[in-house]
Amino acid sequence: MTQTNATKYGMVIDLDKCTGCGACMVACYSENNVPFKKDESNKLDSINWIRVFKISNRKPYPDTEVCYLPMPCMHCGGIGDHGHSPCVSVCPATATDYDHSTGIVSQIYTRCFGCRYCMAACPYHARKFNWWDPVWPGDMEKYLSPNVSARMRGVVEKCSFCFHRYQLAKDRAYHEGRHQEPLGENEYQPACVESCPAGAMTFGDLNNPKHAVYTLKKNPHAFRLLERLQTNPKVYYISSREWVRRAGDNYLSHEETGSIKRAAANHH
Amino acid sequence: MKIDRRSFIALSIGASVGIHISPAPWKLMDDAAIWTQNWPWTPVPERGEVSYVRSVCTLCPGACGIMVRKVNNRAVRIEGMKNHPVSSGGICPLGLSGLQYLYGPARVKTPLKREGKRGEGKWKEIGWDEALSAVTGQLADLRANNNPQGVAWIAGSDRGTIPRLIDRFLSAYGSPNFIRPAGAADTLEQAVYLTQGQLGTVAYDLENTNFILSFGAGLLEGWGAPVRMLHLHGKRDKSRTIVQIEPRLSDTAAKADQWIGINPGTEGTLALGLAHVIIKESLYNMEFIENAATGFAGGADKDGQTRQGFRDMVIENYAPESVSRITGVPARTIEDLARRFARADKKVAIFGRGQGSLPGSMSDGLAVHALNALVGAIHQPGGVSVVSDPDFAKWPESSIDETASQGRQQPRIDGAGTDAFPYSRYLMTQLPEIINSASGDAPIKALMVSEANPLYTLPDTAAARKAFDRIPLIVNFSTFMDETAAYSDYILPNHSYLERLQDVPSPEGLPYTVIGLAKPAVKPLYDTRHIGDVVIEMAKTLGGFVADAFPWNDYESFLKDALADHWRQLNGKGFVEIRQPSSELAPYEFATASAKFEFLPSTGTDTGDDKLPAWPQSAPLPIEGDAQRFPLVLIPYDSMRLANRNIANAPFMTKIIDDTILKKQLVSVEVNPQTAGRLGIGEGDTAELSTPRGKAVVRVHLQEGIQPDLLSMPRGLGRWGFPDDWYINDKGVNFNDLIGPRPDPLSGLDTAWGIRAQLTRV
Repeated sequence: MTQTNATKYGMVIDLDKCTGCGACMVACYSENNVPFKKDESNKLDSINWIRVFKISNRKPYPDTEVCYLPMPCMHCGGIGDHGHSPCVSVCPATATDYDHSTGIVSQIYTRCFGCRYCMAACPYHARKFNWWDPVWPGDMEKYLSPNVSARMRGVVEKCSFCFHRYQLAKDRAYHEGRHQEPLGENEYQPACVESCPAGAMTFGDLNNPKHAVYTLKKNPHAFRLLERLQTNPKVYYISSREWVRRAGDNYLSHEETGSIKRAAANHH
Repeated sequence: MKIDRRSFIALSIGASVGIHISPAPWKLMDDAAIWTQNWPWTPVPERGEVSYVRSVCTLCPGACGIMVRKVNNRAVRIEGMKNHPVSSGGICPLGLSGLQYLYGPARVKTPLKREGKRGEGKWKEIGWDEALSAVTGQLADLRANNNPQGVAWIAGSDRGTIPRLIDRFLSAYGSPNFIRPAGAADTLEQAVYLTQGQLGTVAYDLENTNFILSFGAGLLEGWGAPVRMLHLHGKRDKSRTIVQIEPRLSDTAAKADQWIGINPGTEGTLALGLAHVIIKESLYNMEFIENAATGFAGGADKDGQTRQGFRDMVIENYAPESVSRITGVPARTIEDLARRFARADKKVAIFGRGQGSLPGSMSDGLAVHALNALVGAIHQPGGVSVVSDPDFAKWPESSIDETASQGRQQPRIDGAGTDAFPYSRYLMTQLPEIINSASGDAPIKALMVSEANPLYTLPDTAAARKAFDRIPLIVNFSTFMDETAAYSDYILPNHSYLERLQDVPSPEGLPYTVIGLAKPAVKPLYDTRHIGDVVIEMAKTLGGFVADAFPWNDYESFLKDALADHWRQLNGKGFVEIRQPSSELAPYEFATASAKFEFLPSTGTDTGDDKLPAWPQSAPLPIEGDAQRFPLVLIPYDSMRLANRNIANAPFMTKIIDDTILKKQLVSVEVNPQTAGRLGIGEGDTAELSTPRGKAVVRVHLQEGIQPDLLSMPRGLGRWGFPDDWYINDKGVNFNDLIGPRPDPLSGLDTAWGIRAQLTRV
């Protein structure tokens, strides 16, 4: 199951373009029936499938620079893309699994019994736990989308790269007799990518040279987060600023920016 | 039975084996897992047929095209409209939260009459007939007593057919008091009128510019049409330079090619400092200055008095060294910036802080506009121009009666257009002071409010509430319960923006015109009525000439009439794009008396020109507060994640606010670590923030990217008028509680960009 021409969906986020407006987060909430609480300021129990972090170079005024960093689930393939992502490896209930036909790490809510081992294993804090039952005040239950089931108390949830959109696109392709062909680049796009007003996010098949992400991920300024961990994430970032690229990994002071990325590339 | 060691072990082993053979524990565990997930209150959304409705978002004036996804009769999601001429398929977090406004608990579901005291929150549900007859009855009485000018109407905007329908109602009724909030565009509109003699909306051809010099405009934080700006940023390449000038590292500053920290409030001085370098080094546009401008070299004005020319004034007073002392920007930076700006191919300077909802001073507006003139960036590709709203609406003439005619001749209650402020159209921030200082009865007898929330947005909210207390009748057409609605006597709820039909005017700053049509995505959920229908009905009930001014049965037939030839395209496509020449005049033609650009404008009124910013002294206006008691300065900032106008954040919007900005109920004030160290305050500490206008408990967030001795706080929090299950009440502080208005001597518009403050640890 490890043929290199298999579809491998991934994302490239241009941090030079991201303005931190937060549209991706709300796009995700509204697409995936993500619940909300009265107080969402404790980010440890706030459910976000994608969260935009703000990082700083910490230089004094007026040399300060900041950069926004949107973080969805990285859909780690593990070493050699064998699907040994940190979370999948530890799940005792097979509630999360690696889909070799798309490279997407799934989450099946009804299988999850809430041990949160996966949350401890995930180095990116991509997973969130439902500590409470969801409440939609007023008539807000009416806006819930039937494409994604509402989650209940006691389960873990995370970004699915809007897998239901993939399924809908596949259904449509099957209906039109195109089930043998790969999906077109625009047929399947996650909600966050689609809504980004600055066009900072690009999504597609990382293995398909016709898709924009194939070229973008080879940008010399492209990097992934915590590559030293060998998680092999499918979310790439581009930044023209060195301090931002350096913030993407735990560099030792003597290590040159980009050295971890090169080491990881050799390993895979 | 005696339990010895042997039998104890046997029993233990037996029990372990027994438990493992029996399915009961596994079955129970499995059941428990399923049981914890099978709460009947976890909703299962109903499936059904999917459809899309094309519409326009009106949650802010940005006018993005949207597609509302529906399942059966439910709206389930809002998406951006592909290939839309304003938003290009993009959408902002507020627009994406739209369905929470539609289905949220903040909706007013039926007409309400106040029962308790104002703001107490006790209401009686009444029917539309009762509500309308009560309101129109009081309006008819005022007219019968020859006091139609005692009615004022505060609307969110004056553009589009609904505000014009309201204005028509007021005209026929006899009141000159149609009021809306003003912003930086109003200051600039006057600067353009004084220098160019042209009236219209100021527009920037940013898609074609190579150099944007922004004097604090929050280009990526909700300025103009927000999604147009974000899209433009994403399309940016090396051919466009953006320089951001402001005292705080905003998101716009963080994304700019260069961020120049400046002492707050000295932007106009810097603009003239740049002009100094450009003139001294002869980098200005000679063609424009020689052929199309007057007042550059000085000479006699219309009264024969000699006035110093713009050139000599700037050369004399704005040398980089002295400008550097005022602005805190190094002289070398000023020189370098002036050269780069003047030498860029197509360039433009943008005036206005943040989202542009604070008007700012006329001297700053004129200074930035003069800088544009100096480099010839007026009516040029990539520059600044004036767009007038297309006048497609067909309005039948209507005659008014004696009462209305007399009422219309009274001076406006807010003082706009009077001798004191001849060029201002709306001065809402003056209202509280005018009402509070009036002796005897309040000058406003009845106040109508639609799509506006003055008790939240007016500076010095305590004074505003006091003023509203003196108004005998307040009628609100709000869709949502908010601060002003909570203070009203009657609420006649309008349909929400996704339930009503209306035209959407072109957003601010766009160099071409895009008219949109917002169409109902769902049928009205509650017992609400379209404000257009209500206005027409009120006019018909008042009868006589007022009724005659409204020959339409309802808003829809009126709108079809008004949009005329555009109706078909609007109804189908959702928008009409009109690319007109940016001005009816040729690039170097102006509508002033001299037919040239006037660097030294004259007010042209009897009151004389002495109120015009005497250029040489256009030192920054002092801000409010005693520097001894309040050694720090507090400024607001705008964010894409905080709705700061009439409507409050939806739960999704509040959810995306960083925990460094809002933690539990406390909003953070940004402080430079150096200042915090001196004050003995650390990250996350609770502190008391006080200004001459108010006090608040806040959290401290250390931020390197803010000038020392400056504090900054976001606008949009501190809401109290919304229902508790809207999840926004009592979070943070309303910036307007802490600041008061500072009217500009020429325009009367609010110039307050900050206020002196003190921060003490508690």
